[in-house]
Amino acid sequence: MGALDLSFFNWDLVTKFLIKGFLFSIELTVVAMIGGILLGTLLALMRLSSHKWLIYPATIYVNTMRSIPLVMVILWFFLLIPFVTGRPLGAEWSALITFTAFEAAYYSEIMRAGIQSVSRGQVSAGYAMGFTYSQNMKLIVLPQAFRNMLPVLLTQTIILFQDTSLVYAVGAYDLLKGFETAGKNFNRPVEAFLLAAIVYFIICFSLSSVVKKLQAKIAIVR
Amino acid sequence: MNFRWEWEVFLRDTGGDQTYLAWLMSAWGWTLSVAACATVVAFVLGSVVGTIRTTPSPWLVRIGNAWVELFRNIPLLVQIFLWYHVIPAVIPVMKHLPGFVLVVLALGFFTSARVAEQVRAGIQSLSKGQTYAGLAMGLTLPQTYFHVLLPMAFRIVIPPLTSEAMNIIKNSSVAFAVSVAELTMFAMQAQEETSRGVEVYLAVTGLYIVTAMTINRIMAYVEKRVRVPGYVGGGN
Repeated sequence: MGALDLSFFNWDLVTKFLIKGFLFSIELTVVAMIGGILLGTLLALMRLSSHKWLIYPATIYVNTMRSIPLVMVILWFFLLIPFVTGRPLGAEWSALITFTAFEAAYYSEIMRAGIQSVSRGQVSAGYAMGFTYSQNMKLIVLPQAFRNMLPVLLTQTIILFQDTSLVYAVGAYDLLKGFETAGKNFNRPVEAFLLAAIVYFIICFSLSSVVKKLQAKIAIVR
Repeated sequence: MNFRWEWEVFLRDTGGDQTYLAWLMSAWGWTLSVAACATVVAFVLGSVVGTIRTTPSPWLVRIGNAWVELFRNIPLLVQIFLWYHVIPAVIPVMKHLPGFVLVVLALGFFTSARVAEQVRAGIQSLSKGQTYAGLAMGLTLPQTYFHVLLPMAFRIVIPPLTSEAMNIIKNSSVAFAVSVAELTMFAMQAQEETSRGVEVYLAVTGLYIVTAMTINRIMAYVEKRVRVPGYVGGGN
């Protein structure tokens, strides 16, 4: 193996191998982010409620998800989803469901901290105004919780984007798989993986710089 | 749905002169070894990088920051492929290293960025007065670090380091991608060979949870032993 040869990297390769994988990585990130935040908020509300039939299941769910490696969760869902649906769904669908369910546990911890960061006075004020629990949550608590936690939620989303590369375990075609396939096709695996690292770095580094700026902005208004 | 447990699967022979149970245990051993070695690499490198990021030298700070950004912004799996495919091709000496060492380095460097963040935060959480006091006593800056700042900072960062140590156990599962014979690799292969995925995955998942819980208890014990009475959660 001599010097690195990047000449194989041209537009043809991008359109043939990378775009498809990149779009799936983005799709997976966006679906798991939206689904995960919705489900995670629900889990957080369950854990902060006063009914033990809501608290226990939510707590067990969150703690279990958080103590198992993501790769194992991916394998579990890939194994069990066909049992439930009766037929295999394919690696891509399986990944979408897995990541939503898995990330919900992490987002729920963030949302729980966010809800707890809203001062008690706000909640009492809402009740004093005659709001019901759901009005109070929807109009007063959740908007503030969400806003306070926005940088943390976005940081978690960057981690989520990095984690999407783990769908490798079930062979879904994501950005990393795109690079790997291209590397195999051109017999240039070394350069392909190097490029993959550079591309992931550029995406994640730019996103985290944006989050840092946002964090500073939000901190001033708070 | 018709499901019957078949735990006997672990007594079956793998065809390699051992049972699946024996293989499971050796896979657990690999997971523990990868995680333990990577923890050492991560804590040593992370402590150094985290410390230099708090020094007055702008160049050291820049190097430390670049280190953290580099290892934090590339997915672990991609980093493992870098160590496994790219680095041996660029640095021929690395060609003869076994996959185990490369995975330990990958996981160690990846985690070192996170440890460095915690260590830096720990040092910066100490009041400036501690540094000044050290310097005023006539200690040099390195002496101030060794005798005043670091002993306190490390106690402060034990809880976040505990979760990093537990993360290393979880992250070691990514080593399956380069065929290190650890638990996740075992799970995938045994599932394929025996078609008893549920039993195999349950056993593997159970071992991951047991391991993480054990680390949590050990670190809680360490935290209790090293705490300074009357300081940061030092109790009474």
